Amino acid sequence: MMEHAQKASRFIENESRTDWHDASLWFIRTKRDRVAHNIPEWEQLRELASQIKDNVLANLDAYLEQFEAQALKNGVKVHWAADAEAHNRIVHDILAGHGVRRLVKSKSMLTEECHLNEYLSRQGIEVVDTDLGERIIQLREEPPSHIVMPAIHLKKEEIGELFYEKLHTEKGATDPAYLTEAARRHLREKFVGADAAITGVNFAVAETGGVVVCTNEGNADMGVHLAPLQIHCMGIEKIIPRAADLGVFTRLLARSATGQPVTIYTSHYHRPGPGREMHIVIVDNGRSAQLGRPDFRNSLKCIRCGACMNTCPVYRRSGGHSYGYTIPGPIGSILTPGIDLKKYGDLPFASSLCGSCSDVCPVRIDIHQQLYRWRQVVVKEGGLPLVKRLVLNGAAWMLSRPAVYGFFGKLMRKAMRRLPRRFLYNRFNEWGKGRELPEPPRQSFNEWHKQNRSRS
Amino acid sequence: MSRSAIIDAIRRNKPAAPAPLPGIPVFANDGADMLETFIATAETGGSQVIRISDSRDIGTALSIRFPDAGIIASPLLFIDTHINLEAVQNPAELEQVDIAVIRGGPGVAENGAIWISEADCMHRVLPFICQHLFVLLDPAGIVQNMHQAYERIRIEKQGFGVFIAGPSKTADIEQSLVTGAQAARSLTIFLTAFSDSK
Ligand code: SF4
Repeated sequence: MMEHAQKASRFIENESRTDWHDASLWFIRTKRDRVAHNIPEWEQLRELASQIKDNVLANLDAYLEQFEAQALKNGVKVHWAADAEAHNRIVHDILAGHGVRRLVKSKSMLTEECHLNEYLSRQGIEVVDTDLGERIIQLREEPPSHIVMPAIHLKKEEIGELFYEKLHTEKGATDPAYLTEAARRHLREKFVGADAAITGVNFAVAETGGVVVCTNEGNADMGVHLAPLQIHCMGIEKIIPRAADLGVFTRLLARSATGQPVTIYTSHYHRPGPGREMHIVIVDNGRSAQLGRPDFRNSLKCIRCGACMNTCPVYRRSGGHSYGYTIPGPIGSILTPGIDLKKYGDLPFASSLCGSCSDVCPVRIDIHQQLYRWRQVVVKEGGLPLVKRLVLNGAAWMLSRPAVYGFFGKLMRKAMRRLPRRFLYNRFNEWGKGRELPEPPRQSFNEWHKQNRSRS
Repeated sequence: MSRSAIIDAIRRNKPAAPAPLPGIPVFANDGADMLETFIATAETGGSQVIRISDSRDIGTALSIRFPDAGIIASPLLFIDTHINLEAVQNPAELEQVDIAVIRGGPGVAENGAIWISEADCMHRVLPFICQHLFVLLDPAGIVQNMHQAYERIRIEKQGFGVFIAGPSKTADIEQSLVTGAQAARSLTIFLTAFSDSK
């Protein structure tokens, strides 16, 4: 517990870096606002997207069956994985069946969630992440800190140093164009030499049995079309009913994510190329359980745009790694408690409940309300740290007894002026960490009221 | 086994209240100048747009844009090429292609994207692996937004299809926009009527 607060306090030790991180993300938020305001029907699109996803959740079983039937008709092989372990095993079986040694992968939060890379590496398969940001963090051996911009926490000097070590670029080089070019050459070699390609999935269309993948770099397509074997891994919630729904979601996704009118590549895969194979792995891994929680099931509507992170005052000033999960920020904080309440119980508290996340969410998830509801679950399950629990219990006892409250109020108004700091700011005062207590008033409202009423 | 377990769990857990699937309006407005909007958004997205009145001039336009063109590949018969695409067995051979010229459409005015299907490229990887991509687009095939675009195409008609909205891009290093990430370094759109080039 309280892991987030500790990691966040380490993150903010470097003040100028915190400001830089904060400003980078806020810049993306302002770009999002500009392009969103260019679309007169923006709010209507959000409402449509939300309604489509409501319909998907209410009929998910039927849509998945329809999707599978269509995909099979298209000549695609479909697999089902109940959890991360099954997912990894299925992917490995497919790869082993084709004697794959070298694999390229485009961005997929699902495979991160399942720790597929580690699993396959242990089996002797080389896995290369091909999104530039993902390749950077893979070479640094760290997890992504953002779902759309995995290396948003890094400075170009750090990336230059990394590339000097791993890709033999010039020492001290920091020019993003130069570094990107070096990565391009490195990755093209990997694409050409790959035996198989894996992608994530942005949308899976029930009506047609195909999957849609959005990238800016074109890395998903470089991998898929060069390798003889393509595998697409998707969570069960990626389903949308009709091809026409793509009109709504492609208009919302990139605008919300990066402020672009659309991603550079929106790729629709329906059938394997001649003489090739296409597989789709459909993964549950806790999603059907989340569907069974009426208060929290809306989190499954998420299209992973990252807008709630970019706007969140806590995420911006604590960094993605402080959340300790593949999906950080507001959406991560409502997904994780359902996975492990003990481990992630502090995340719903990593929020000011300002509601900015819900305001920008393209599928109108009530994120901040879910954060608030998770807090109640955490408290009920006894998940609050001891000190906070004792103090809150004490406060509840006192607040229900006016005489006791009046007495302690009087005492504290005097004491707070006279006591030395260490009596007021210590480990029993969770609320005094990083904050100053307010100046105590001379009198209570009750006293003030009596005095002023007697005067009139 | 997993399949029925997952489907059963969903059936048990899904919301009971019906949630009707909404109809999707087209959001088009008649007065808009789609061609001008398309050109402006495509250029903002990093594409070059060149109007060509006679599609037989495409070869000339190409050589003006890239005087040292290098290796050109195209499934279009009226383009002089250096590679016989039909003879290519392994798509990795296309790594040597400097310029690929293909046909596309519809184009989308609101975001500068162009629909390209497998049938337009002969090899699925061609529009990605080439260094520079040229797409011929008939101005008559420009629609206002993605809703109209999806009305015009059938995504499952070909095994593969893609909307391309500019050159390959990344901002993964400190948010600086760099073009030429993994796929094509540039996108040039030739606006030309198709009927005379068939
Ligand atoms: S919760 Fe909403 S804003 Fe956050 S990533 Fe998901 S879709 Fe985007």
